[in-house]
Parts: sequence; structure tokens; C-alpha cells
Amino acid sequence: MADFDVPELKEYLEVPEPQKGVTNHLAPFVAKGAHQTDLGYPEELVDNWKEVAIEKMGDLLGKYRSLKVFLDICVHCGACTDKCHYYLGTTDANNMPVGRQELLRKVYRRYFTFAGKYFPKLVGAIDLTEEVLDDWYSYFHQCSQCRRCSVFCPYGIDTAEISMAAREIMNVVGKGQKYCNEIIGKVFKIGNNLGLPQPALADTLEGLEEDIEDDTGVKVRLPLDEKGADILLVTPSADFFAEPHVDGLMGYAKVFHEAGVSWTLSSEASEAANFGMFIGSYENMRKLALRIRKAALDLGVKRIVFGECGHAWRVAYSFLNTLAGPFDFLDQNYPIPQHICEFTYDLIKENKLRLNKEENDHMTLTFHDSCNVARGAGMGGFEGGQFVIPREVIKAVCNNFHDMNDDTIHDATFCCGGGGGLLTDDLMEIRVKGAMPRMQALRQVTEEHGVTNLAAICAICKSQFAKTLPYFGFRMDQIVSVHQLVSNAIVLKGSEQEAELDGTAGEEGDTETA
Amino acid sequence: MSLVSALYVGLFYFATVFLVVGLVLRIKTYAQTPAPLKIPTMPAPRTETGVVFRIFREVAFFESLFRSNKWIWLFGILFHFGMLLVLLRHLRYFTEPVWFWVNWVQPFGKYAAFAMLAGLLGLWARRFLVARVRYISTPSDHLMLALLVGIAMSGIGMSFLVHTDIISVKAFFLGLMHFSPQPLPNDPLLLVHLGLVATLMIVFPISKLLHAPGIFFSPTRNQTDSSREERHIADWAKALEAGER
Repeated sequence: MADFDVPELKEYLEVPEPQKGVTNHLAPFVAKGAHQTDLGYPEELVDNWKEVAIEKMGDLLGKYRSLKVFLDICVHCGACTDKCHYYLGTTDANNMPVGRQELLRKVYRRYFTFAGKYFPKLVGAIDLTEEVLDDWYSYFHQCSQCRRCSVFCPYGIDTAEISMAAREIMNVVGKGQKYCNEIIGKVFKIGNNLGLPQPALADTLEGLEEDIEDDTGVKVRLPLDEKGADILLVTPSADFFAEPHVDGLMGYAKVFHEAGVSWTLSSEASEAANFGMFIGSYENMRKLALRIRKAALDLGVKRIVFGECGHAWRVAYSFLNTLAGPFDFLDQNYPIPQHICEFTYDLIKENKLRLNKEENDHMTLTFHDSCNVARGAGMGGFEGGQFVIPREVIKAVCNNFHDMNDDTIHDATFCCGGGGGLLTDDLMEIRVKGAMPRMQALRQVTEEHGVTNLAAICAICKSQFAKTLPYFGFRMDQIVSVHQLVSNAIVLKGSEQEAELDGTAGEEGDTETA
Repeated sequence: MSLVSALYVGLFYFATVFLVVGLVLRIKTYAQTPAPLKIPTMPAPRTETGVVFRIFREVAFFESLFRSNKWIWLFGILFHFGMLLVLLRHLRYFTEPVWFWVNWVQPFGKYAAFAMLAGLLGLWARRFLVARVRYISTPSDHLMLALLVGIAMSGIGMSFLVHTDIISVKAFFLGLMHFSPQPLPNDPLLLVHLGLVATLMIVFPISKLLHAPGIFFSPTRNQTDSSREERHIADWAKALEAGER
């Protein structure tokens, strides 16, 4: 099935001995000229790239305290060395978080510190060469910016910050990554990652409305560009077409329908994803975020709700106010922005949804905490809400739920292996290897508790698992959306399901008089 | 005054100025570099008070390290808190009269040197025995440990084996503090000890020892989880917005 060795799932996660350069060859396709220029970067590697790179590094060091402090204070204690899923899956020493950081830190020391300028060998400082740039290109695209290392570092050093800076430097010298840059360009031009234009989108939504009506007998709307709606739903474009994403989208629609709120999608902001974060570009991230502000203003909505997307939720929760705020034109009585899980959870708490858990009895669920939600965002306005709320939603709609091993959930969650701009076929090998720790935890809970399905609230996680589960002997449809479960269980008012449950199927006439 | 004493007078003045000025400049840079985005490692405290507690737990208990690796945590705690007691004990050589609580620390401080040494040797052993840590260790990592082990061993030597004229040592440091230099006893162990300490002071602001002030400026640890409630924006980002209007 694969032209590389798929890591074996052992009974326990083993920490490998570090090997030199075993995944050095795994590098994504380089962005073409047009993909670069769309984002304001040079078409190809510029002649004086070394000077440009060092100058950019200096610029970023002055703009980001994280980078400045993190490059200075690592003591090489080794606490992070066994924490990265890519290291555990590949054994490559440069995939140890500190190993990855050192790729940039060695150059930082050489050009920006006293010790590195005068005693380079002593402190491990090196000149920036073509070989170093190639290493950067390989290994900073073998980081999903999941921040697991930052949880375990005694100083909170976050390799994601370093990867982002490195990618920004590479973009500025003209060596960007095709996958991320092409996608960002598409959002600028068309409005979403998939390049789905307005008519296609409208058509898709209409189809989904029909599907729901066929299934329930209820006309649930999925409105597009509807001015004056109360809520703007911003969701990853994967929700518009692929399994299991689309089942989640139908779930949101049913929840909104039952809540009796007016809502709309926007064709201009038909993408929650913000790959500007992955490439560490404040400017591009901001430009992408401003689309959402513009759509909210144009449509005159009062609230913004985000669908199930991990990094989008980090950008939304942690950065949106910074990038595109202040949102003083929205209703201040609701969180700005709000997560669909928060929305559904509130309704569940208020007993406003009728839920039939038995609809999900054919499954035993576990929940995969997506890294950007777990370690990069919050939910519910209380510490750890991002762990509690999705689980409470699942438990409200499912009878069978078991968490995976404690070391692999909540803020210690293992990345799916495809985040941070790595969800591209040219990086399949690193994606499969990086999925290993999560797959190992899944196997354990499968064997011990009979778990059949893995629920997630991230489009990247869902796509990645659909692709990588089969490599480890699972089925691709074992990954489900949380709102797919909600969709299964929700009993719409006036639906066939309601009639069946109340024993009034086929005798509607009687209910009126009874 | 002997040439050696004069050299040490010069060395300690230089080391002190280098340490203080170096640290002040570095801390100033950290403090003045903006943090444009809210990036606390979540879940994070929702209030400033919560952040103070989070950092306190990191600094006092090495909370994250405890979660991550029990061996490094154990050796790290032994070394750092051993050294803290040793340093407090050493205040007696810089104060006249000696502060009352420094006298209380004295007996513990003497033996804490062994905890410090044990921690250092444990950390150093890991640099040889654990393949992952061996891989990431640079010559300077080893030298740093050698320097600290040297300081601890020469200090223990003077405390327990070959005593030096401690009255004169105190006179030397009080002399430095009052800008009236006094001679230093010509004991080899003392000269080694003080030479290494001065080296450590000089190395501090230009090395990874910056982790000590740095942790207080680590955005993943010192930021609140309040991005939805309050708008956080850096000056350069404001300028970027203004430039577009």
C-alpha cells in the first residue's frame, strides 16, 4: 500500500533512539512563481537570499518576543525530546523539538549572539548555507505546529513559533511551500481553500437541504449570503463536500433549525481555515481574517459562529479580535466568535434539543482533541472548557464513550499528523509516520473498550484520519464529526423520527385530537 | 597587596559590572520586544493573578518539567534548590552584621552543596547516557556543567577538607563592596573557586543561563486567556492597520 515502512503499532509507545537524517528527503513541493507572488513573496529563490534571510530573521526577532526569548533560553535539558509525534514516528533527530529548533537557533547564534560570532564551534553556531536552507525546508515542513512540546518544556518554548518564523523567512527569500501558498491564493481569489465558487456552493447547500428533508421530512435550510441573518457561520470548506465533514455541516444546520435562530453562510467568507498562520505571516493571516469581518459587516449579522476546524478555531478564538477587531458591531451578549460546540452545548444544557442517543448505539466513541483547539484555544469561558464541552456534547448524543490514555488527550493530545500545512499528498510519508502515536492510543482503546469510532472537531484531523487510518489496519470511515453524531441523534420537531418515537407514525391525524 | 589579589579585585569588579549590565540590557530587550499575538499554552489562566501563580509554579516547582520527565525534574530540583541554599548561606560573606536568618540557613546551606553537586552530576550523566540528550549536547553544555561542578567541588573542599582563612575572604568582599580593596588569602582552592564563580558571572548574560530571567518573559507562560474579551494588539500591528487606511 505504501512505498515506505509504516510504523508498527506496539502495545506501548516506545521512545526510539535518534537517527541522523532519515527523513531529510521528505520535503513538500516548492511553490511556483504565481503562488508566491499572490502572497507578496518573490517568485523564486532570490540571488542574495542569505542576506535577505538574515535581515528577515532580525526583523522577526524585533517583532516577536516569543522568537527572541525562545531562541535564547533553551538549555538542552532534553525534556521535549520524546514529545513530538514526528520524532516518535520517524526517529529522525531533527524531529525532536529541540533538534528542530536548533536548525534555526544555530544560525541565530552565528549572526546575532556574541558567543556564536566569536566561538561558533563551542556553542554550535553555523553559517547559513544552501544545505542549511534545505534542512530548514525539510524539517520545518515536518512540524505540524501542534505545540505539544510547549506543554512539556520547562520554559514553555513553542516550536510552532520557530517553525512559523522559519517558514516566513523561507517565503521571503522565495522558497515557499506550494500547498499552503496555493491555498491562501485561492481564498484571496475565490473565497475558500477548495476554490468552490458561489454557484457551486449554492448548489451544494441546496442538495444538502434535500438530503435532510428526505431523511427527516423536515425542511431545514442552509442559507447562503442571506442579509439580515442573526448568525454568520464560518466553517472549513471541507464541510461542503467530503465525508465525514458534510455530515457535521448538516448537524450544525439541524441545531440552528431547532434553536430557531436565523443564520447564513457567506460565499465571500466561505472558509474558516486560515493558512496564514501556518506560514507565520501576520500580514496574510490578517488579510484572510479580514474577509470574515467584511462578510459580517456586509451581511449585517449580530453573531459569528465557527464550525468544526482546529487551527481556524485557534485563529478565531485567540487571534481574530487582534487581527480583525474590534467587533463592536456585533451583539456583545455572546462570545465573539463562538464555537459551534459552545452553541450546541448551551442548547443541551437548557434542554432545548430533543436527542435520541440510541441512534448512535452502533458506535462506541472516543474523542481526539485537536491540537489547535486543545493547546491553542479555549471554549466556554472557563479553563479547560475545550476539553469538557466537546465531550459533553458527545455524551449527550451517544451512550458509549471512552477516552484514550491520559497521556494522549487534553493538552497532552497527539496531533493527527497532518496539521500545520502538511495535509498534502506530497508529504504522505511524514503524515503516516506522524499519525503513529495517535493510532497507537486508538488501538489500545479499541482493544480495551471496544471503541469503534474516533470523533473530532477539525477538518484537517478528519481528512488526515480518513487517509491514514487504513495504513494502520483501521477503516477510513471510523473518523466522524462531532456534529455528525449530533445530527444522528437530534429529533427535529415535526420529523418522521419524532413521530416514530412518540408512537404516532402514520397516525398524524390522531395527534391533533388526542 | 599581592598581584594575585589585585587581579581578583579587577576580575570581580569586571564580572559584576558585566553581569549586571548584560542582564539589564537583555531583560530590557525581552521586555521591549512586542508579543503581537496571544499564544499562551492552553489551558491558560483567565486572570493576571492566575498567571502569577502559573509562573510561580514553574519557577518554584518546575511544574511542566515534572509532567515531562521525572529524572530531569529530580536532578534539576536538587541542583537549583541546592544552589539556592548555598547562595543564601554565602550572604554571610557580604553582610556585617550577618542577617539573623542567614545564620539559620547556614547548617542547611553547607550540606545543600552536596545536593547541588548530585543534581549536576545527574544532569551531566544524562548527557552521556541518554542517546537523545547526548545528541543535542554541545561542547558549551558540557563546559557549563564542568564550571558549576568545579564551583561546587572547590566550595565543598573548603567547607569540609581544607579550610581557608574565611575571615580574610569576608574582608576581601566587604572591601570590594566599600571600594577599599583588601588582600585575598593565597589558597589555591579559594582562587579556583572564585575564578570559576567570576567566569560564571561573565558567561551568564551571554549564554543559555538566560533561561533564568527568560522564563518570566515566555509568552506561552505569562499570557492570560482573555483574547475574546480584550483586544490585544502590538504597536507595529497598529501601525500596519493605520498604513492601510
